[in-house]
Amino acid sequence: MTASISITPEIVAEHGLSPEEYARIQELLNRDPNLVELGIFSAMWSEHCSYKSSRPHLKTLPTEGPRVIQGPGENAGVVDIGDGLAAVFKIESHNHPSFIEPHQGAATGVGGIMRDVFTMGARPIALLDSLRFGDPEHEKTRYLLNGVVKGIADYGNCVGVPTVGGDIYFDACYNGNILVNAFCLGLAKADRIFLGKASGVGNALLYVGSKTGRDGIHGASMASAEFDDATEEKRPTVQVGDPFTEKLLLEACLEIMKKDWVVGVQDMGAAGLSSSSFEMAERAGMGMELDLDAVPRREEGMNAYELMLSESQERMLFVVEKGHESEALDIFEKWDLDVAVIGRVTDDGIFRANEKGVEVVNLPIETVVTGALKCDRPTQKPAYLSEAGALDLSSREIPGNCGEILKQLLASPTLASKQFVYEQYDHMVRLNTLVLPGSDAAVLRVPETDKALALSVDCNPRYGYLDPYTGAQIAVAEACRNVVCAGAEPVGVTNCLNFGNPENPEIMWQFQEAVRGLGDLCRFMDIPVVSGNVSLYNETKGEAIYPTPTIAVVGLMEDRSLHCTQGFKQEGHRIGLLGSTREELGGSEYQKLFWNECRGKPPQLDPQIELDVQRLCLDLIRKQLIQSAHDCSEGGLAVVLAESCMTGQEPVGAAIELNGSMRADALLFGESQSRIMISFAEDALTEIETLAEKAGVPFSVLGSTGGQNFQIKIDRKEFINESVLILEDAWKHSLSRYGNRVA
Amino acid sequence: MKCGIVVFPGSNCDHDCYHILKHVHQLETHWIWHKDEVLDSFDFIVLPGGFSYGDYLRPGAIARFSPIMKSVTDYANKGGRVLGICNGFQILVESGLLPGVLMDNAGQRFICKDLTLRVETNETPFTSQCTTGTVLRIPINHGQGRYFTDSDTLKRLKDNGQVILRYCDAKGGTPEEANPNGSLDHIAGVANAAKNVMGMMPHPERCADPLWNNVDGQMIFKSLIESSLAHS
Repeated sequence: MTASISITPEIVAEHGLSPEEYARIQELLNRDPNLVELGIFSAMWSEHCSYKSSRPHLKTLPTEGPRVIQGPGENAGVVDIGDGLAAVFKIESHNHPSFIEPHQGAATGVGGIMRDVFTMGARPIALLDSLRFGDPEHEKTRYLLNGVVKGIADYGNCVGVPTVGGDIYFDACYNGNILVNAFCLGLAKADRIFLGKASGVGNALLYVGSKTGRDGIHGASMASAEFDDATEEKRPTVQVGDPFTEKLLLEACLEIMKKDWVVGVQDMGAAGLSSSSFEMAERAGMGMELDLDAVPRREEGMNAYELMLSESQERMLFVVEKGHESEALDIFEKWDLDVAVIGRVTDDGIFRANEKGVEVVNLPIETVVTGALKCDRPTQKPAYLSEAGALDLSSREIPGNCGEILKQLLASPTLASKQFVYEQYDHMVRLNTLVLPGSDAAVLRVPETDKALALSVDCNPRYGYLDPYTGAQIAVAEACRNVVCAGAEPVGVTNCLNFGNPENPEIMWQFQEAVRGLGDLCRFMDIPVVSGNVSLYNETKGEAIYPTPTIAVVGLMEDRSLHCTQGFKQEGHRIGLLGSTREELGGSEYQKLFWNECRGKPPQLDPQIELDVQRLCLDLIRKQLIQSAHDCSEGGLAVVLAESCMTGQEPVGAAIELNGSMRADALLFGESQSRIMISFAEDALTEIETLAEKAGVPFSVLGSTGGQNFQIKIDRKEFINESVLILEDAWKHSLSRYGNRVA
Repeated sequence: MKCGIVVFPGSNCDHDCYHILKHVHQLETHWIWHKDEVLDSFDFIVLPGGFSYGDYLRPGAIARFSPIMKSVTDYANKGGRVLGICNGFQILVESGLLPGVLMDNAGQRFICKDLTLRVETNETPFTSQCTTGTVLRIPINHGQGRYFTDSDTLKRLKDNGQVILRYCDAKGGTPEEANPNGSLDHIAGVANAAKNVMGMMPHPERCADPLWNNVDGQMIFKSLIESSLAHS
């Protein structure tokens, strides 16, 4: 019935397709599409599914390397970690749904990324979440924070995959568009990776998981448009998660994947049954025939349009060899999952779907998957940069009482301890978490080997706002540095590129610059980008978010016993700094908190120095010369030192002497890159000095651990002298006080 | 020695318990599928943590109707040792094998963290290797762990020595701050009157692998193993 409605320009516009795009559809098909077909084009040609704006830029990223088993283009990236094992990982956004409905939006984001990983044949072993919220004082921020965190907790905890880390920033640029980027890491046998391919004529298409409902229809299109006043009305386009079914699906999938008659599998994510079936057939160069009457559904009366476009969660499409259908059904039925054979693979490259014996879809698969108009979007350097780029420090007063400033920085929600958040996540289940949340990187053991993997996710949006090229480079550098501080060598990158409306040339310029920065640094550091996701249109009523190219890095350590953490271990250790400090305050947390501005240049990044510092740090950890290593970044030297004082087994004080080579506030709170704070026993000093000199890395001894107080002198003048316990109180409880506050 | 781990749909600490019993304590360890109806001659069985049936309705409320629970009840009534951890504790309470209820945490939030417990008695198969009054460091991981029961039952539990574990501070004291979830009388673990069934909210399997510095959780498993040896 829906198929018989004739297509008007209004219907085309409601589907988010331009007149040019519709003309292209008519031309490619040589006829008018029916409504179901139009719906499929709408979803598949949306920015979310087709990457039409971003693809030309993404092609420039380095995606190959000796360890890469699977690069971008599949459900997740795969990197060889030796011993016949592979790390499977990806990060993906669920920004738009999470702003409309934070609990379900975040929950289904976690569910979706886990399915991307276990469809590859991997058991998920860890989750990270990179979250961006608006100004803490904005009326919606606390509600969104609590909703998102509870959504992540409810889903991840129930499925039994530990959430081991992540990062959280607060900035007014996210007031109208929060970001929820979920990362999942899984482990698989390197020779048992499953791909989303529907090959073999006559092979069966198996639908498995939850029944199809009317939720999430046009979720992909919703995520491909800006928000306006009517955004709240889009709540029904947000899917509802069922983590219990996900857990059953996970176990059932891993069980069936032991069979050699499983041909391919794909999650029914954005654009549901449409994207999974079209993409699987396209990768294999095959066709497909579907019987929509066989699709399990929640309610009577659902039509072909709804069945093809529903984004109901926890559903998978399997292709199994002809003749093994009943064995497959048995396994899924053991787990009490809905399962049905809904079609067959054909060889003519055409997608056909029948409803009650009538053909309602007949589309050439390649045309739908690859035919979207490539957008060569114009770019233009944003006008704001010439004004925002200027920063004259000479008129700024240098503060005297830096202890008070330090306390306020430690209590600012962006820098404060995230204990309030990660205590709501099960971060221990499956007994792999060697380093719990709260250090630079989480460390997971690789079961049945001596290895471990370190994970970190990072992106400072203020740097990206001031200079998207450098901002993206710093995101990569910092995520790698975090992993290195844990004692691991970075082996793969996944990225989630969050930007505003690409139809605005200034946004497109930000995007282009960020991708260029990301690519340049990954190439320089020789780390492949193996998977990723792009989220555009993060914009409300013309206000775009800051460019946020979120980077997650996976690092490998051969000997897990040599992992390192950021906290000072005991009194009487020496404290040193690898790298050097410049007078850089642009984009810093200090600048934002005390001058309420974000301007100037972000910290500069020299890739060679960055690499040298990281290599030296790794060498020192592997030689067991140092007791702690902590990435020196947001909040600057003073904050980083205080964090190391507070995050050991027991809090410990420190006495630091600095040389006053620049403004005191820049020295204490500037965020110069390529620096790592280390601590070590006195007798290791000579060897560290020798190795640093050999590596050409500046190294300075700053002081020692001990006592109850955290003390910093510059040229023998005291700038900070605070009790560690008092600092700890400000830092540790700030976020829980905020989250639990009754407005 | 032979032990079994019951797997409900949604159990997710089953692998962890299996790993500790099989690889750390070197026991013959079996999976027991929830649709099974017969329990073999196990020396003890464990109901692991997780979210059986998604915790839908109420944690444990649906799992108690799984076919295996009738056998677990028979097994317990004949004196078989049953340890319920977290969701396992919730299932034991729902099926009436243990007294009381487990409600939403007082703070209305899920809590995952390390904390300390005081062993109230070592006269049970689950704590026989501990000294009474000993403080163990074992993590919790739950959203519904606030133990509650009426005052008559509480009195009976105390009189019979059925309160086995209490949340405490590092020195064994029980100030308000040491109670993470608002549990009545700081109760973290209780046993039935015969002391052959115990439920505890904390997860001993999370601190029993020598890979970590803390192996306090081993005390619970060692106790079960030793008392099973003495029994057989």
